[in-house]
Amino acid sequence: MPHEDYLNARYGIRSWLLTTDHKRIALLWLGSVTVFFFIGGLFATMIRIHLLTPTGYLVTPETYNKLFTMHGVAMIFFFLIPSIPAVLGNFLIPLMIGAKDLAFPKLNLLSWYIYMIGGCFVLYSFATGGLDTGWTFYTPLSSIYSNSAVTPAVIGIFINGFSSILTGLNFIVTIHTMRAPGMTWFRLPLFVWAHYATSMIMILGTPVIAITLLLVGLERMFHLGFFNPALGGDPILFQHLFWFYSHPAVYIMILPAMGVISEIIPTFARKPIFGYSFIAGSSIAIAVIGFLVWAHHMFVTGESVYAALTFSFLSYLVAIPSAVKVFNWTSTLYKGSISWDTPMIYAFGFIGLFLIGGLTGLFLACLGLDIHIHDTYFVVAHFHYIMVGGAVMGYVGGLHFWWPKITGRLYPEALARTAAITLFVGFNLTFFPQFILGYLGMPRRYHTYPPEFQVLNVLSTAGASILALGYLLPMLYLTWSMRYGKVAGQNPWPATGLEWKTDSPPPTENFDVTPEVTWEPYDFKNRPDLGLAAGAPSLAPAHGDD
Amino acid sequence: MHRTGELYGQFETLEQQKETAALGMWVFLVTEVLFFGGMFLTYTINRRAFGTAFGICSNTLDIKLGAGNTVVLILSSLTMAMAVWSAQVGKKKLASIFLIATLGLGTVFLGVKAIEYKQKFDHHLIPGRSFDMKYHPAHPMPGDDLEELDKEKQEVDKAFAVDPDINAHGQLYFSLYFGMTGLHALHMIIGAGLLLWLIKASFAGRFTPQYNTPVEVVGLYWHFVDIVWIYLFPLLYLIDRHR
Repeated sequence: MPHEDYLNARYGIRSWLLTTDHKRIALLWLGSVTVFFFIGGLFATMIRIHLLTPTGYLVTPETYNKLFTMHGVAMIFFFLIPSIPAVLGNFLIPLMIGAKDLAFPKLNLLSWYIYMIGGCFVLYSFATGGLDTGWTFYTPLSSIYSNSAVTPAVIGIFINGFSSILTGLNFIVTIHTMRAPGMTWFRLPLFVWAHYATSMIMILGTPVIAITLLLVGLERMFHLGFFNPALGGDPILFQHLFWFYSHPAVYIMILPAMGVISEIIPTFARKPIFGYSFIAGSSIAIAVIGFLVWAHHMFVTGESVYAALTFSFLSYLVAIPSAVKVFNWTSTLYKGSISWDTPMIYAFGFIGLFLIGGLTGLFLACLGLDIHIHDTYFVVAHFHYIMVGGAVMGYVGGLHFWWPKITGRLYPEALARTAAITLFVGFNLTFFPQFILGYLGMPRRYHTYPPEFQVLNVLSTAGASILALGYLLPMLYLTWSMRYGKVAGQNPWPATGLEWKTDSPPPTENFDVTPEVTWEPYDFKNRPDLGLAAGAPSLAPAHGDD
Repeated sequence: MHRTGELYGQFETLEQQKETAALGMWVFLVTEVLFFGGMFLTYTINRRAFGTAFGICSNTLDIKLGAGNTVVLILSSLTMAMAVWSAQVGKKKLASIFLIATLGLGTVFLGVKAIEYKQKFDHHLIPGRSFDMKYHPAHPMPGDDLEELDKEKQEVDKAFAVDPDINAHGQLYFSLYFGMTGLHALHMIIGAGLLLWLIKASFAGRFTPQYNTPVEVVGLYWHFVDIVWIYLFPLLYLIDRHR
């Protein structure tokens, strides 16, 4: 272990709570998002237990509404959206581009504090009556009729939005102005491209939901009428404004995970990624086209058939860059030297589950089909395949991949592989039955269901218990490894990024000497410093075959 | 406050630091466009739906005060630009003077806004239970031009004939009026705070031709706030002024 690194450079709680070191801030985020993951998971557990029986015995219908609402709010706004960018992005982006820190370190810390304040408002809302409007806050339920603690919740999410905006701003400016000499745009790791695209969405989309929720809060407090038909307002206006952010928001959740996969696959196939510029470009394409599809959440609101056709077409279009990524990742594997380390298991899991989730999105984008499956468990299964099977697996896989860099320790590999498989099995058992349930007509957000759906619901709940185990295990052994894990060394995998050319854990200033980059990304062939054996299988030239 | 011209730890050169700060402010201003944009969209949709109400409500705003405020704000952008230039050429005293002028003009703007808001309150035009478009024409206030008021009464009655729900739709207009100008005023107050900070630093002689980034960056912010008002003024005050 290096003598002085960012973890032991200074001691005491003030050195953590007042740090401006992006690596320490990332760990602050790790703690907070994990807490919210638990909170969201608690609500999910209660939902799944309640749904073990057709008439439900755990909670009242009103409470059930609160459970799925609070599950959504906690998971989406306070876990998924920050997770990879705030934990892995914060930690890695300066290292990956050869900088000493982000462009605005103090704003970075402020971003975490803003998140914590927003989180407090939302937790206050949860504790004082909860929230029953759905995470989607449709009006006029949220703006007029709901008797739950809507106002503190929208204030909390509003505040949290600024956290997102500041992080996105920091990343964009950093990537533009802080790259080390020789680190040109097309030598950037794809993780960085993914976060650039994510940051574009954060800064363009988040202000819109901020103003929208502000208007809902103002309508609740001062009886303004934008969404109130009695005053001439329009509830559908809310839906347009809401989804204008919330659709791109799902790309905020998945793009960073795709960035993680783009780092893991070349490393454990020991091959340059196939189609680097296409993967980079597809991230930007997803960000741009993602802003044009929002009304596919509103096909049954009575929008005009021409609008519906347009949004349906655009939704099919946005699948194309995602497919490009999946094809390129798969092509990277061809003739690679595959090793089955834990991050690779998560990456494979991601590709398969994201494929299913993405394709079922196309089912939903099909107008005729959506009439049948809108607001059913089919939708629930679709987005959980992408958000959990995709984004969360990307997050956990990324945590494993960079754990040696972050902590200087290796996690126990056998146990980790077991946990990854457990997670995969548990996940599929939880959510695949939900596709069937939805297709058979079980509505979402209902506290009861017809008795013939019970078997599938029980399977789903059983799966959830295995999924929970799959999450619990890494929390335990990763924590254990911080003290008792094997010392990792600078580049245990080995991988090609700049972050692996400094100590594990890195010193506070990241690099003793500012690096000068003269090599292409993922170029395993021309990197003798990686110490790869001379008899390695034939490697494609850098940049693959693009 | 950082010492003049000192390099922050994460940067390699002062040039990089300056570039980064400016880019950071530009990106932030983009988010502000989207932030105000939500309300501009709401305005557009509601004005299209309730043109009569929006027209008649717009006429209750005092165009002299509004136009005056617009001139004040544009002037303040001029003094701000002059402050940036002064700092860049090393005229420290002039920079301080221009910054104070900008703050002064901004304060005038906010004062006029306060007067306008009070007027709305007196005329029962705050959205809520007491909102009533017919109140002011029926209850002249000291200082009102009775002839003008009579014309207004006739127009209000005509509007009610076209749209019997004027009081409901009028509340939408005024919600947007207070929402948009209120948000704008909040940004001006923040800008005033930033100017106070700049004035303090300028008096301490901190800004030189080598280091004047804070002035430039606050200048960008101030110009943005000005541009928002330039959109707000015609959209709120000038909807139906030809009579």
